[in-house]
Amino acid sequence: MENAIKKYWPVFLLPTLAAFIIGFIWPFIWGIYLSFHKFTTISKTTFVGLSNYVKVFQDATFVNAFWFTAKFTIVSTIIINVIAFVLALALTRGLKGTNVFRTVFFLPNLIGGIVLGYIWQILLNGILTNMGLPLLALNANYGFWGLIILMCWQQIGYMMIIYIAGLQNVPGDLLEAASIDGATSFQTLIKVKLPMVMPSITICSFLTLTNSFKLFDQNLALTGGEPAKASQMLALNIYDTFYARSGAQWKGIGQAKAVVFFLLVITIALVQLYFTRRKEVQQ
Amino acid sequence: MAKAKVYHDGAVSGARRVVDACLSILLTVLSLVWIYPVVLILQNSLKAETAISTTAVFELPTAESFVGLHNYIYGVTQMNFLASFGYSLVITITSVILIILCCSMCAWYITRVNSTVSKLMYLLCAFSMVVPFQMVMFTLSKTADTLSLNSPFNICIIYLGFGAGLAVFMFTGFMKSVPLAIEEAAMIDGCNPLQIFFKIVFPILKPTAISTAILETMWVWNDYLLPTLVLDIKKYRTIPMAIQYFRGSYGRVEMGPMMACIMITVIPIIVMYLLCQKYIIEGVVAGAVKG
Repeated sequence: MENAIKKYWPVFLLPTLAAFIIGFIWPFIWGIYLSFHKFTTISKTTFVGLSNYVKVFQDATFVNAFWFTAKFTIVSTIIINVIAFVLALALTRGLKGTNVFRTVFFLPNLIGGIVLGYIWQILLNGILTNMGLPLLALNANYGFWGLIILMCWQQIGYMMIIYIAGLQNVPGDLLEAASIDGATSFQTLIKVKLPMVMPSITICSFLTLTNSFKLFDQNLALTGGEPAKASQMLALNIYDTFYARSGAQWKGIGQAKAVVFFLLVITIALVQLYFTRRKEVQQ
Repeated sequence: MAKAKVYHDGAVSGARRVVDACLSILLTVLSLVWIYPVVLILQNSLKAETAISTTAVFELPTAESFVGLHNYIYGVTQMNFLASFGYSLVITITSVILIILCCSMCAWYITRVNSTVSKLMYLLCAFSMVVPFQMVMFTLSKTADTLSLNSPFNICIIYLGFGAGLAVFMFTGFMKSVPLAIEEAAMIDGCNPLQIFFKIVFPILKPTAISTAILETMWVWNDYLLPTLVLDIKKYRTIPMAIQYFRGSYGRVEMGPMMACIMITVIPIIVMYLLCQKYIIEGVVAGAVKG
């Protein structure tokens, strides 16, 4: 059987493999290659060694974007997961209208980042103006919290759905045993439910961490990096380096930034998986 | 859920009822807050341009400021919204069909054929899911230009390449639990691998195919950066591109038509969501468990 399928590889494997090479493998390798070069067009490149990487860390906007992104990622991951988990607990109690609440909370997730950004820009600027405060684009601090609010609105429903599925998989006899042993509902939550939903926590924290760290569309639409690039996150900073700055050196530096960004994402993903996987219990 | 109540005796259930009532009220308030941003855009999209300002944004349209569907008509013609809608639709449908078909076939191959190529492909797919788009955006757009994969009708090949990771990963996750016996029986009965795949394997994969299709649709339909870099913005604009362009191209943004366009983008999504809610939520859960 295996050999029979193997003969059909041009039908089964080739289309995906070819597209995968065009759409991922080749651009990826070429991207690493270009990060060591100076270029404005791809036909004319000069090898410059590590100088692009050195310039990446000398670029104040990149360093600023890094701290902004790091702060944003930590704050949004914690807020989103805590609220999503609490909502999931509330929606697994068998309340009337659970389905309606679930539907409403999940909805924003389906709206695209660009549209979300503009919806919240209109709303938040309205609130700020009515309170006599400066607009979003004039204060990086408001931009930061605006992005947090937007991200919560978009992601809480998604994470809540995953937590609900995790909570529903907690075996009934475990809860019954806890109840017979006289555990209060708080003890049941901490000692039984929480360890049992650890896989969901792994997934949700992974998704929120990487989504927040890689955020682009929402950042572009809500603040556009204003004022003066102070609310720029890493992804937007890289885009800006590539397409908005004039000067022969910037494309190479942009590509080097992208490689650094990629290494950061991989590191975060691996570290996070290592730490939360350790806490999971065998079912 | 009904089971959970059994664990509590009468005395507790009284307290529980109070807690439940409070929770219901709290959740209702929160739900209203949750949909308010969309309602806000809707009410402003019905106002005249002169009545829209950041200070008056929370006021309902009055008899004087109400302009009915004027903004909608103006917005649609001004930004050529129907064409954008069409492009988005074509790109999403072709990409998702291509991804589902090619990746399910590829996943079957790599689970059933035990070779170095299979293992390598699987690892690379898992790897590609973590790589941020900025890493490849410049080189990918150049590659797409060189191969002329830059129209709405063949950009699906790029989407297949960049979206293959998640789809192959999800299909192989499911394939591993499908027993070989049925396929072997079909082979003995004289089916060739193509017949086995389309008559036996694909129908078994259907639930995963639906989940994957939903995740990929959510991605492609809302994607902004990839089409912006690959397509010629003067000729083809998808919906996210059109909204961004609308915003950036004028000296003064016309807020009314802009909000009308946001509503026209959001309404079909809400309708689709309400119609296929069950599948969307199942898809999200399946995607999370596999990922």
